[in-house]
Amino acid sequence: MSTFIGMPAARGTGDLQGDRPFPQAAHDALADQQLRRNLGYATATIRTKRAQVVAEVEDWEQLREAGRQIKAHVMARLPELLEQLEEQVTARGGTVHWARDSTEANRIVADLVKATGSDEVIKVKSMATQEIGLNEYLAAQGIAAFETDLAELIVQLGHDKPSHILVPAIHKNRTEIRDIFLAEMAGVRPDLTDEPAELAEAARMHLRAKFLTAKVAISGANFAIADTGTLGVVESEGNGRMCLTLPDTLITVMGIEKVLPTWRDLEVFLQLLPRSSTGERMNPYTSTWSGVTPGDGPSTFHLVLLDNGRTSALADEVGRAALHCIRCSACLNVCPVYERTGGHAYGSVYPGPIGAVLSPLLTGMTGGHDAPNDSLPYASSLCGACFDACPVKIDIPAMLVRLRTEHVDLAGPKTAEARSMKAMRWMMSSPRRFALAGRLSRLGRFAVRRGKPIVPLPPPLNGWTQSRDVPVPQGQTFRDWWLDNHGDAR
Amino acid sequence: MKVALFVTCLADVLYPRVAQSTVAVLERVGCTVTFPADQTCCGQMHTNTGYQRDAGALIRHHVEVFERALDGGADAIVAPSGSCVGSVRHQHAMVARNLGDEALAQRADLVAQRTFELSQLLVDELNLTDVGAYFPHRVTYHPTCHSLRLLRVGDAPYALLRAVAGIELVELPSADQCCGFGGTFSVKNADTSSAMLADKITAVSDTRAEVVTAGDASCLMHIGGGLSRIRAGARTLHLAQILASTRAHPTELIDEPERATR
Repeated sequence: MSTFIGMPAARGTGDLQGDRPFPQAAHDALADQQLRRNLGYATATIRTKRAQVVAEVEDWEQLREAGRQIKAHVMARLPELLEQLEEQVTARGGTVHWARDSTEANRIVADLVKATGSDEVIKVKSMATQEIGLNEYLAAQGIAAFETDLAELIVQLGHDKPSHILVPAIHKNRTEIRDIFLAEMAGVRPDLTDEPAELAEAARMHLRAKFLTAKVAISGANFAIADTGTLGVVESEGNGRMCLTLPDTLITVMGIEKVLPTWRDLEVFLQLLPRSSTGERMNPYTSTWSGVTPGDGPSTFHLVLLDNGRTSALADEVGRAALHCIRCSACLNVCPVYERTGGHAYGSVYPGPIGAVLSPLLTGMTGGHDAPNDSLPYASSLCGACFDACPVKIDIPAMLVRLRTEHVDLAGPKTAEARSMKAMRWMMSSPRRFALAGRLSRLGRFAVRRGKPIVPLPPPLNGWTQSRDVPVPQGQTFRDWWLDNHGDAR
Repeated sequence: MKVALFVTCLADVLYPRVAQSTVAVLERVGCTVTFPADQTCCGQMHTNTGYQRDAGALIRHHVEVFERALDGGADAIVAPSGSCVGSVRHQHAMVARNLGDEALAQRADLVAQRTFELSQLLVDELNLTDVGAYFPHRVTYHPTCHSLRLLRVGDAPYALLRAVAGIELVELPSADQCCGFGGTFSVKNADTSSAMLADKITAVSDTRAEVVTAGDASCLMHIGGGLSRIRAGARTLHLAQILASTRAHPTELIDEPERATR
C-alpha cells in the first residue's frame, strides 16, 4: 500500500548523506581519544537524567503507546491533515509554501528573505533547516544566517557540523568551546575562562545585538496543530522565543510529518519530549503561534512544508514509522555505537540509531558497496537499547534489518558476501551436509600451530582477529557426541 | 516434561560442552531430553545480515524439524541461547510474511510459542531456581542484549545463579551495555565492535571475577576472544556449564575451546 500526498515523491537531498561509508568514518572518529571522552561523559550524564525522570511517570508505557498511536494515525491521514493545516494557517494571516526537496525549500526561503530587503537572518535551532543546508545556501545568495541556539552557535563559529540532534556540540568540551569563542567571536573578553556561566554570558552579549536588529527570523517546528493552524517550538534557552517574537518576518521550515490533529494531542508529546530529550520534567520555553496577530510578534509569517523524501518513506510500510520520530535523541544517548563514534561518522545531519534508518529512507539506497547511506543500516549491533528508549516506540532494530534486506536486494546476487551467504544456506539446509561440515571444521585445529593460524584469515574475517582470538573446534560436534551417548537420534 | 533440544549451530560445532551441560541440567531436574538430529541453523545470521530469502529456506527447515518434535510429544523446545530463541520468537514469522508465505508464518508462530531460552524454561515454566549446582568460584553475569531486551528474561538467570552452592556472584558494572558482537557487525564494523568489547572487558576485569557467564555462546565467544587476546585472568563459561557443575562432577576452569591468536 502506498500513500500519495499530491506531490510526485522526491528523494531527500541536502545534508542527508556523508561522503564515505560508516566503517571508514568510524575508524577515524574512534581514534580521537578526546572525542571518546567527551561523548562518553555527555551521553552517560543525559542517560542518567532521563532514566530518573522517566521512572517518575507511572503511566510512561501508556504515554509511549499513546504517542505511537497518534503518530500512526497522523501518517494514515497525512494528506488531509496537511490541507487542513494550510487552510487554518492561511485563515490566520500566514502564507503556506510546499517544497518537494531541499533545492525548492532553499529557493523559497531565500526569495522570501530577499523580498524583505534584509541580508541577514537570525535562526532558531532547527533540524529541518540543517537537513536542507539552508545556511550554506543563504550564504551563497549573500544572506548571512546567525544561529542563536548556544550549541548551534558553537558549531557555526567553529566552522563545524552538528553531531547530535539535540546537543549539536556534544563532541566539544568546555575548554574547546572557550577556544572557539576566543578565536571567532568579535569583541569577546580576552580573559574568558571555560566556566559555563562565563561562556553563556559571552554568547548572550554576542547574540543580544542580533536579536534587537534582525528583521527576519527562520525557525523549524516541533509540531503543528492542524485544526487551529498553530505552530510550536520547545526549547531551553529562550533564544528561540526572541527570534519568534522580535523580528518583523518569521519563516518556519517544517517537515510534513510534524503535524498533529488537535491541541489535545500535545498533552502526550509535551510529556514525552522533554523527559526523553533533555531529561527534564518540562522544558523551560514552549512557544506557540497561529498565523499573525497585529501588534504582537511578527507581522508576516510564512510556513514552508518540506517533503524531501518523506513521501517516499511514508510509502514504505515498515519504514514509515521512522516518520513518527519527534527528534528527542534518546536513542542516540543510549546507543553503544553512537557513544563511541559520535555523530559525524553517520555523515547525515540525523545520526545515531534513528539516523541510521531515517537517512537511507529519505535519500534511498543504491546497493553500492561503498554507498554511505547503504552502510548505515549495518552500523548497529542490534542491541535494542534504542527501541526501549524511544518515546514513540519506533522499532528501530526491526527497521534496520528490513533496510539491510533492501540493500542486499539492490546489491544483487553476485557480491562475494551474497555468494558466501548462499553457500552457507546450501550447507545449512541439509542435515547431512551440516553434520559433515561440523566434522570437517575439526580439521581447523590443523590450521593452527602454537596458537597461531598458519595462514592469516582473509577479509572480512580478519576484522575479527584485530581484537579477538578465534575459537578452534575441539573433539566431537555435539550431534556426534549425542549419537555415541544417546544412540537414538530422535 | 519432555523437552526437545534446539542446540543452535554454534554450540553444536564450536561449544559442544555447552550443549552437553544443557542436557545434563535438564535431565537432573527430571526432564526427558530428545535431540531432533535433522536440525541445522535458525537462520539468524542470514536474517540479520539482510539475506531473508536464504534465511527463509533455513526457517522452513527449522519449523519442519521442530513441528515434528512437538507432534512427537515434546512439551517444549529449549535452546541455550537468548539470541537464537529471540530469532525464532521475533523473526521467523516476520521473515515468512515478508516472503509472502502466511502458512509458514503461522506454523512458525506455533513453534515459537513452545520455544524457550534455558533460564526461562527452568524458572518461568518449571518454577525452579535451585537446580542442585555447585560452583565455588567468583562469577559475574553479562545479560546479553537479546536475552535482556528481546526475550525479557529479567531476573531468571540471576535467580538460578544465586541458588548455586559455593558461588560468589559479583555485579558487572554497566552490565546492560552491549559487548559489541552483533553477528556480522563484529566484522563489518570491526573497529566500533572492538571499542565496545574493550569497555566490556574493562568492566569484567574490574569485577576480579574468575568467570564471566551469560546465556549466549555467541556473545561469550566474542568476550572470550577479547579476554584471551589480552591474557586477562577471567574466562568465559556458559550459564548451562555453571548450572551443570556439581560437587561430584565440578565444571573445571579450562579454556574452551582452545583459541588461536592472529
